[in-house]
Amino acid sequence: MTLNELVKVIEATVVTGHEKLDTTITGVYVSDLLSDVIGHAREGQVWLTIQTHVNVVAVALLLNLAAIVFTAGTGPEAETIAKAQTEGAVLLTTKLSTFETAGRLYLNQQ
Amino acid sequence: MTEPHVRLEIPVEGNNFTAAGEAASRVKKTLQKLGIDSTLIRRVAIATYEAEMNIVIHADAGKIVLQVDADGITVLAEDRGKGIPDLEKAMTAGFSTASDRVRAMGFGAGMGLPNIKKCTDYLAIDTEVNIGTKVVMKFNYPAAT
Ligand SMILES: Nc1ncnc2c1ncn2[C@@H]1O[C@H](COP(=O)(O)OP(=O)(O)O)[C@@H](O)[C@H]1O
Ligand SMILES: [Mg+2]
Repeated sequence: MTLNELVKVIEATVVTGHEKLDTTITGVYVSDLLSDVIGHAREGQVWLTIQTHVNVVAVALLLNLAAIVFTAGTGPEAETIAKAQTEGAVLLTTKLSTFETAGRLYLNQQ
Repeated sequence: MTEPHVRLEIPVEGNNFTAAGEAASRVKKTLQKLGIDSTLIRRVAIATYEAEMNIVIHADAGKIVLQVDADGITVLAEDRGKGIPDLEKAMTAGFSTASDRVRAMGFGAGMGLPNIKKCTDYLAIDTEVNIGTKVVMKFNYPAAT
């Protein structure tokens, strides 16, 4: 699945990284614990979280994640958006719950 | 391959969550420029990030020092701070003394030191209460095939 397709499936809004939406994702990782993400998320995955502070961008960049999706109507703080813009990270938001977001992505794999 | 020799020293401020992650990011970028194996870079980046966050969360101030040479890669994380009274306990997965504020940010899961242990080929922690902590992490190059 590409990020473009993912955006449609989970009814997401693109906050940053419009130019990178043709990226094919390698999977999805769901967690709000940063050390868990750091230790287990894989390159190219999309990360679902409700953590909105600037440190999530550093984690995504460090692991070469394809995008961060802020679920359940949460959204990145201004500082988070600024850092993502400077460093080239893709940020998406969705009003769907984390469960619904993960469920739709699970059903739409490939 | 001619082995690169690089030394990079990056200061880390305690409690500065805005700059947190910068040191690990610079270490990663430096290793990428040197053409180091990407799986190895991932391990170094993860361990460095966790060590850097431990300075930000638990110490007053410190530094990350990257050294790349013929034998391998060494990352030193050294700080002035409260130190670790019981290192064995601190190494246990899930043990954390992080504040509620820090936990609400998704830190303080007590997985940092276990993550570091998993990612390193050699780990030595030297710590003294009310003085500070020194974490030496070494990484070998992948065996040539
Ligand atoms: N640099 C440090 N200075 C003081 N205490 C530390 C340091 N690094 C780790 N610790 C102690 O060890 C505990 C476990 O560390 P870690 O496994 O990284 O988990 P976490 O950082 O999530 O609490 C910390 O909660 C803290 O009490
Ligand atoms: Mg830690």
